[in-house]
Amino acid sequence: MIPAAFDYVRADSAEAALAALAEHGDEAKLLAGGHSLLPLMKLRLATPAVLVDIGRITDLAYIRPDGDEIAIGALTRHRDLETSDVLTTEVPLLAHAAGQVGDPQVRHRGTIGGSIAHGDPASDLPAVLLALGATLHITGPRGPRGVAAGDFFKGFLETEVAEDELLTEIRVPRVPGAGWSFQKFNRRAQDWAIVGVAAVLATDRPGVGLVNMGSTPLSASATEAALRSGASAADAAELAAEGTQPPADLNASEDFRGHLARVLTRRALDEAMVR
Amino acid sequence: MEVTVEINGTQRTDDVEPRALLVQYVREACGLTGTNVGCDTSSCGACTLHVDGESVKSCTMLAVQADGATLTTIEAMADSDGLHPMQSAFREHHGLQCGFCTPGMVMAAVSLLRENPDPTEQEVREGLEGNLCRCTGYHNIVQAVLAAAGHGGER
Repeated sequence: MIPAAFDYVRADSAEAALAALAEHGDEAKLLAGGHSLLPLMKLRLATPAVLVDIGRITDLAYIRPDGDEIAIGALTRHRDLETSDVLTTEVPLLAHAAGQVGDPQVRHRGTIGGSIAHGDPASDLPAVLLALGATLHITGPRGPRGVAAGDFFKGFLETEVAEDELLTEIRVPRVPGAGWSFQKFNRRAQDWAIVGVAAVLATDRPGVGLVNMGSTPLSASATEAALRSGASAADAAELAAEGTQPPADLNASEDFRGHLARVLTRRALDEAMVR
Repeated sequence: MEVTVEINGTQRTDDVEPRALLVQYVREACGLTGTNVGCDTSSCGACTLHVDGESVKSCTMLAVQADGATLTTIEAMADSDGLHPMQSAFREHHGLQCGFCTPGMVMAAVSLLRENPDPTEQEVREGLEGNLCRCTGYHNIVQAVLAAAGHGGER
């Protein structure tokens, strides 16, 4: 399978990428690692007229501590998240979950920013960023802005990043001592999660994110609220699917996904509490 | 669009269509057909080769993205001294049946040992999770990779 023909533009800086987007408007798509976009293009489910390759903007590939947060460049590869000493110490949930994305070949190419900007509810990292309470930094013709992860995902494959904007940085709070867990249920190795749960128990802010439980990545809000008011893991986990409308497909019915969300949340909270 | 790569030690420049996949470029422009196309959907890993020393699925990368890169394919694994140790281990442990997945398996396994020279059996299995063997010959493949890592396949 070969993508439909497109014009290829290589951007060597964020400014050049924004200029290309300004020039080509909604006909253009940004290409980072390409491991979400290229499969869609090969199936002709995406047919951008112009592909703006931002994969060489090395300025946007970094992991660095900044105050009480870790700043991560949008073009940082999953492999670099997985093996980062800083993340392993300060935000172990993110390092671990990055190591669960796809397979090693995918992690050598795929980037955190590409995964987040793609906005796929079945992806692992969006749920992790929701659990952590990350902030996504976007830049564009109207200037830079920060968006809370909870406000970032707008619809199926739709995010706050407008067609003329670029996701530049992901900021996650340092939570070195907080218990955490990432539970991913799938039937085949390397597959997308049928349902996944990311949990981090920071003292002031218990966070639980859900993979593949709706048209966007979701927070398990009812579970989080219950934890804040002192509920047990078992009671809080019972609320994990509250308010969700999970998809039904050949892997799982809506009811089974709700069941998985409750069971995996219970396992995640139990693990996080002793970790 | 012009693309310049170093492939298996040789520099070359070709004019490619932007939409050409890296695996097409390697097979059709470079004539290196050891890299197979299996699923064509980044699941099976048959098309695995090395881009700047790391395993990549070449069906999910554009040739233009490889401009300036160093590429290594299965053809460069053996040299005048004979087979690469990973190839020898596959032969010794019969890590192949029909052989279709083998080039991708070998390339993925070499990349795996570069990152983790002393893997456990579990780490080998997880490290090869992006490569499917339709003959289900995983047992001997894992033994071969462990042997290549110097474990004698026992660990």
